[in-house]
Amino acid sequence: MQVPAPFEYERATSVDQAIGLLERLGSSARLVAGGHSLLPMMKLRLANFEYLIDINDLHAELGYIRLSDDEVRIGAMTRHRELLESDVLAGVFPIFADAEKVIADPIVRNRGTLGGSLCQADPSEDLSAVCTTLDASCVIRGPGGSERVVTMEEFHVGPYETAVADNEILTEIRIPRKSFKVGSAYAKVERRAGDWAVVSAGAAVWLDQGRIVDARVGLAAVGPNTTGIPEISAALRGHEPDESLFELAGAIAARSCDPATDTRGSADYKRHLADELTRRTLRKAVERARS
Amino acid sequence: MTTTQDAKLTEFEDNDQKPVGFGRMLRKEDARLLRGRGRFVDDVQLPGMLHLAILRSPFAHANIVSIDTSAAEASPGVKAVVTGETLKGLGLAWMPTLSNDVQAVLATDRVRFQGQEVAFVVAEDRYQARDALELIDVEYEVLEPVVDVRKALSPDAPVIRTDLEGKTDNHVFDWETGDEEETNRVFASADVIVKEDIVYPRVHPAPMETCGSVADFDPVEGKLRLWSTTQAPHAHRTLYAIVAGLPEHKIQVIAPDIGGGFGNKVPIYPGYVHSIVGSIVTGKPVKWMEDRSENLISTGFARDYIMRAEIAATREGKILAIRTNVLADHGAFNGTAAPVKYPAGFFGVFTGSYDLQAAHCKMTAVYTNKAPGGVAYACSFRITEAVYLVERIVDALAYELQIDPAELRLKNFIQPEQFPYTTKTGWVYDSGDYEPTMRLAMEMAGYDELRKEQAEKRARGELMGIGIAFFTEAVGAGPRKNMDILGLGMADGCELRVHPTGKAVVRLSVKTQGQGHETTFAQIIAEELGIPPADIDVLHGDTDNTPFGLGTYGSRSTPVSGAAAALVARKVRDKAKLIASGMLEVSVADLDWVKGAFQVKGDPGRSVTIQEIAFRAHGAGDLPDGVEGGLEAQICYNPSNLTYPHGAYICVVDIDPGTAEVKVRRFIAVDDCGTRINPMIIEGQVHGGLTDGVGMALMEMISFDEDGNCLGASLMDYLIPTALEVPDWETGYTVTPSPHHPIGAKGIGESATVGSPPAIVNAVVDALKPFGIRHADMPLTPSRVWDAMRGQATPPI
Ligand SMILES: Cc1cc2nc3c(=O)[nH]c(=O)nc-3n(C[C@H](O)[C@H](O)[C@H](O)COP(=O)(O)OP(=O)(O)OC[C@H]3O[C@@H](n4cnc5c(N)ncnc54)[C@H](O)[C@@H]3O)c2cc1C
Repeated sequence: MQVPAPFEYERATSVDQAIGLLERLGSSARLVAGGHSLLPMMKLRLANFEYLIDINDLHAELGYIRLSDDEVRIGAMTRHRELLESDVLAGVFPIFADAEKVIADPIVRNRGTLGGSLCQADPSEDLSAVCTTLDASCVIRGPGGSERVVTMEEFHVGPYETAVADNEILTEIRIPRKSFKVGSAYAKVERRAGDWAVVSAGAAVWLDQGRIVDARVGLAAVGPNTTGIPEISAALRGHEPDESLFELAGAIAARSCDPATDTRGSADYKRHLADELTRRTLRKAVERARS
Repeated sequence: MTTTQDAKLTEFEDNDQKPVGFGRMLRKEDARLLRGRGRFVDDVQLPGMLHLAILRSPFAHANIVSIDTSAAEASPGVKAVVTGETLKGLGLAWMPTLSNDVQAVLATDRVRFQGQEVAFVVAEDRYQARDALELIDVEYEVLEPVVDVRKALSPDAPVIRTDLEGKTDNHVFDWETGDEEETNRVFASADVIVKEDIVYPRVHPAPMETCGSVADFDPVEGKLRLWSTTQAPHAHRTLYAIVAGLPEHKIQVIAPDIGGGFGNKVPIYPGYVHSIVGSIVTGKPVKWMEDRSENLISTGFARDYIMRAEIAATREGKILAIRTNVLADHGAFNGTAAPVKYPAGFFGVFTGSYDLQAAHCKMTAVYTNKAPGGVAYACSFRITEAVYLVERIVDALAYELQIDPAELRLKNFIQPEQFPYTTKTGWVYDSGDYEPTMRLAMEMAGYDELRKEQAEKRARGELMGIGIAFFTEAVGAGPRKNMDILGLGMADGCELRVHPTGKAVVRLSVKTQGQGHETTFAQIIAEELGIPPADIDVLHGDTDNTPFGLGTYGSRSTPVSGAAAALVARKVRDKAKLIASGMLEVSVADLDWVKGAFQVKGDPGRSVTIQEIAFRAHGAGDLPDGVEGGLEAQICYNPSNLTYPHGAYICVVDIDPGTAEVKVRRFIAVDDCGTRINPMIIEGQVHGGLTDGVGMALMEMISFDEDGNCLGASLMDYLIPTALEVPDWETGYTVTPSPHHPIGAKGIGESATVGSPPAIVNAVVDALKPFGIRHADMPLTPSRVWDAMRGQATPPI
């Protein structure tokens, strides 16, 4: 049995109380949501914290999926399983269910959360790629009820680093809705079910009168950040979608990413997948937007 | 979901209540295991028990300059901190391995692989023990490691085993089999020679339960009780007696329920010895239970063979000869578990199921800065490597000759009338009838249809592959005249007692790790003695209460211990017959045995059941002259030969041309393990082995970076397959009994692990035929398949 170093533990009773604790304990404390990223690291003693503040009791407050005309709001404590099973999300952004089907396994999905996934900021993280694809923004709350909203680009400072300060909590993700036909899709290549991505890609396409008004692609596991690829969006806007366009997007994806060779695959292969999966997800997204 | 050749898969028909032993029957042990009432080593709790944690080397190769344990000793709850220096003082710093090498119990001078044991802490709980490890201050002087096995023998390679006097290189042994001259002669005159470099990468057994032990040394009695995760409790007891200098009758090794072994639990690991030392030092019971990473980085690995294979044939496809050159990576200590006269295990069966004119193998084994081990993971003592080699090179030949791989095999099989068949490397195959097995597999697969489908798909640019493997295994080690482990003959004892009411207890020397011994052995006794399996208790795993024998690995339980069980039951039956003759007042010659009773010849109305005889054996009244009371017997069985199961496997894969992902669509496994005792257990063994095969073929590998860091130190990095990677298994069977085994059984534990990797790899390579691919090494991850598709296949090491 792998055992973590000693730590103290407290269950948060409200978001503000949790922030109060964070404020007092500083960098020696960490929030624990689903625990599926944090606890393995602590058991392997790759991470040691003196205090853990458990925010699972805040699920009632921070676990939700709310749809309005101009956006979707998802609480940070919403669990993978809830994202997978949400009919509301499936209706507007099927990319979530696509991704959730290939994230980890049912046991991890029962506990792991959207907030934990984004805050872990692992470059192979799938939900970051989904949120990037959908141009999501992140709501961060700090001491005294202060709140700020940042883009995904701002949110991700680097691998395992986010804009969330020691005394702050990510509370919500907001995804804009546009008044066009939208389609989205996600694809992942993994060595085995439940494994982290060799590469994965998300795509979203907004169509007006058959033409692309906007398109976004988000990749995971091909470099240190999960920012979208603006060049693809620029190349696709204004055109009618077809195979040659997808091919162009794939080529841009392949050259815009910066994968590393590791036990999951060679850099060349990953670059090829960035191309292949970009084409596949764009194709699917367009198909969905049209139907 | 699985399909089998047996129509009545779901009918168990209360077989456990019947006097007839063989047939489907639910496993007796499952009631306990499924309800969470199993008792594993980590479930053992003793009064006052302390916990042990091991400090391991972060480096693959380094001198130990100094170790400061003072802070750890002062840490809360710590009872003892032990280093190599302490053990040296006790003469316990080194212990023998199963291959007559030595291995450090705790490093004294140097560490030789990442994860090697450097010190241990004994504390009141496992958290305190683990915390104290962080307080041990070790100063290392890092040395250049030997990681690339191909460079291990180069003159400038650092010498790893400086502990061995006079050692100036990293050479372990050279080994040779077959006739080199004759083989070369056949090769020289052959029409076609195909050569391929084939790597069987290092893999790990990764049993669900990691290794561990609880040692309880009683200083008053002078007795050591050791609960440990061992597949071979008796062999371990003798070795502890030799290592620790404790008298053997004062050592009791208990293997309780074991959560999977696959060879991982054959060796003695330093941790077991630590717990013993810890208990002696503290006077308290001490538990050690390794964590997942420790299991993956430090315990017995498997394979790691780099093989050059060559096959010679006529243009018409008659295989003439096979020769091979092997470089074997044995890690830092030669911990291979194999009969001593067989340093390469049973690799000599690389001639496969084919009638050859000549064969030759030359092997060199070397030390590297990696974990020791060598034979583990359901490999039947290296038969896994041998079968992979021959089945891969035969496929390469089929490719070259443009002959269908099934046809090529059928053309070259050893024929039924040739058995017993002596191979060109000296193995005597006991029995076999290969063609019906192969034909059945082809029929179940719909082989011709599959080839048609493949041709259509190829025309459309789709990648579909059909892979075949036909294997012959050599299991049931082994005859004591030439097989022993550290001088201990590989025979197995068995003891059977029938109680007065006709219930029985049978005591085995082997030990289940999940194979279902408690059911299979009850069925063997039931078949021979006519007592229902439900009335027979199977005891095993406790050296104080079972007869001596070498344990369970190499698929040897049924071939060796199963034979012992059948023979001990016959011995009891013989005695029962004498008693029955007295009870029925007829001569022994006038009695017939009908399952469960003796009957007077020609007078079926007059009979006595085995239960009645048992009561008489223990009861009042006279027994025939010269017959002692009681109804029990003991035996030690020495097999006259190994048994040779065989099988035909066909695998169908689809490959996504865009992502190079391999999907195993179908897998047909036809096994011939001789007489089938419990078909359900056999199928379970086959399903497990096939799943193992998917893992090895497609994803598993323990790899290292250039500094010798293990890159497979967690199950996130070392992948094992899930239900989603495997198809519905389609199993079938033929039955060719072993002529020398009392019930004709041959062993099934490892067949599928041996046979499935070549079938899967052959299928993937077949799918890649349009790219002109003749070989690609495991693991066939998407990235490596993509490389192969572009003609850039590389060996994994
Ligand atoms: C076996 C396994 C396989 C996996 N496979 C995948 C996969 O294929 N793809 C994938 O994307 N992920 C995968 N994961 C990761 C999984 O999705 C995790 O659940 C997720 O990354 C983290 O979510 P969590 O709620 O468990 O976070 P935790 O582990 O609880 O926290 C992670 C980090 O985020 C911080 N944090 C959590 N919530 C907040 C918040 N609201 N505000 C600020 N900080 C916060 C924590 O302090 C911590 O630093 C896998 C995990 C496991 C164990």
